[in-house]
Amino acid sequence: MMEWLQQLVNGVSLGSIYALIALGYTMVYGIIKLINFAHGDVFMLGAFIGFYAAIRWDIGFIPALILAMVICSIIGVIIERVAYKRLRGATRIAALITAIGVSLFIEYTVIFFRGAKPEAYPELLKESYIDLFGASISSKSVLIIAVTIVLMLLLQFIVHKTKIGKAMRAVSHDADAARLMGINVDNTISATFAIGSALAGAAGVIFGVYYTRIDPLMGVLPGLKAFIAAVLGGIGSIPGAAVGGYVLGVVETIVSAVGFSLWRDAAAFVILILILILRPAGIFGKNAREKV
Amino acid sequence: MKKSKAFFGYSILALVIYVVVQVLLTTGMLDAYYENILITMCIHIMLAVSLHLVIGITGQFSIGHAGFMAVGAYVSAIATMNFGLPFPIAILIGAIFAGLAGLLVGVPTLRLKGDYLAIATLGFAEIIRIVFINLDYVGGAAGIVINQMTNWTYAFFGVVITILVISNFTNSRHGRGCISIREDEVAADAMGINTTYYKVVAFVIGSAFAGVAGAIYSHQFFFIQPTAFNFLKSFDILIFVVLGGLGSLSGSVIAAILLTVVSFYLQNFPETRMIIYSAVLIIIMLYRPTGLLGTKEVTQLFKFGKRGGSSA
Repeated sequence: MMEWLQQLVNGVSLGSIYALIALGYTMVYGIIKLINFAHGDVFMLGAFIGFYAAIRWDIGFIPALILAMVICSIIGVIIERVAYKRLRGATRIAALITAIGVSLFIEYTVIFFRGAKPEAYPELLKESYIDLFGASISSKSVLIIAVTIVLMLLLQFIVHKTKIGKAMRAVSHDADAARLMGINVDNTISATFAIGSALAGAAGVIFGVYYTRIDPLMGVLPGLKAFIAAVLGGIGSIPGAAVGGYVLGVVETIVSAVGFSLWRDAAAFVILILILILRPAGIFGKNAREKV
Repeated sequence: MKKSKAFFGYSILALVIYVVVQVLLTTGMLDAYYENILITMCIHIMLAVSLHLVIGITGQFSIGHAGFMAVGAYVSAIATMNFGLPFPIAILIGAIFAGLAGLLVGVPTLRLKGDYLAIATLGFAEIIRIVFINLDYVGGAAGIVINQMTNWTYAFFGVVITILVISNFTNSRHGRGCISIREDEVAADAMGINTTYYKVVAFVIGSAFAGVAGAIYSHQFFFIQPTAFNFLKSFDILIFVVLGGLGSLSGSVIAAILLTVVSFYLQNFPETRMIIYSAVLIIIMLYRPTGLLGTKEVTQLFKFGKRGGSSA
């Protein structure tokens, strides 16, 4: 029982990271129907920004987190303006290939400048254990879950209570109609990228603190899995992405805990294929009929 | 009449290329290093052409091609190393198993479209790879050692058969069905084309030839392990098709030859190679989203009278 509680907390911590990345995927997909493959690499950049900031200036967890979020949001907007903006009218395949290209470009540019060797993350948070019903729970996990929830509430506030959030919802519903209503669609899309990338950057720092090992290709697998989480929750749906992330994190941890750790990565893809075949709209998605 | 003449011409051309290279190899004018480049080129052409059938002709965006290559590579390696079967039969078995894997993956996933299909194929390819990592019978993550059996003859005739089958398929009634799916799936369905059937057929044929390429690959490099078939490999294959032109067989062949040469020159700078690849991918998509040749073939470039009208 104690062990299960501990595994559950581990799963939720992992799920928090997936959920934060998945939010960016789902927001971008909701607004321009593009799978932003480069999102996982923004997550990686966030981790490295936090790492270098912590090493150079000896700053704490929260300043590193905020710095990574700010720089990642700028990077996200640059990616959108340079690569994706021209593709608004292009075919889905062209957009997808470009996204893959951007992803590889970021990964290998980072490797080119600093090599592929992994880094050990500095100790930004003091590790201590809390005793809960006999299970010892790392204080890191608690803080990480708390930070994730704060960020999600902040996102919920931005999307539902602010003007830019309203614009985002309008554009994702119908971009042409939104433009007719005087919404600046380009700026709204850029804002979406900025917010999504900031969340990915935050996830990067959290990942570094929690798993203490980062490398330039670390964004690939979490990126794919966060996408799976977004599909699981229903792509385009913000609460769906959060729920999908937590479900995926817990499932993966359980698969590892029962002794199939080598199959852990396969579990996510099996979930993806099952959900695509059985309920392609995801848990929270609405089924849209195809119109000609 | 005209078609058989063209076929005759291409057969002569293929034979000439084969004989010239074979003579150069046996007389030692091309050493083992160049033979390796040529065989790698052939493997890449097979992979590019087989993916071209799936993406370029049928319009189904699959980014899990390396998974089927892995099936062909492993199954043929088991056939030669553990059962002592001759190499040509091992290639055939590899192709059959890769085709079966394609059927298994294709039937459920080809109902999906666009982005979802891409992610699902990627997922399946990763699952195939993880299965091989966990199979102790084939050495797990450490991989297996294989005798070298591939030579220029196998590689070249692999390419010839691949191109022959895929170009004939494309020009047949079935190929037209596949092209109509690429152009407009709903309209094709409305015209009475069994879209699911043709998508699966194209996918299975593409997978089977990826399996042939995998078999030739595994018997060339002495040694295979699951990491060789990760999704970077799939992206490598994807860039051949995209660069050459989505829907152009000769385009994917040319792109495969060109990029093989480029990557051999950049062998010692893998990061630079990937940066160039990805930048090329982005620039092509931004400025010429149909790839260099579009849906045209090289031979069409010389027929000026027939141009225009059908360029869309």
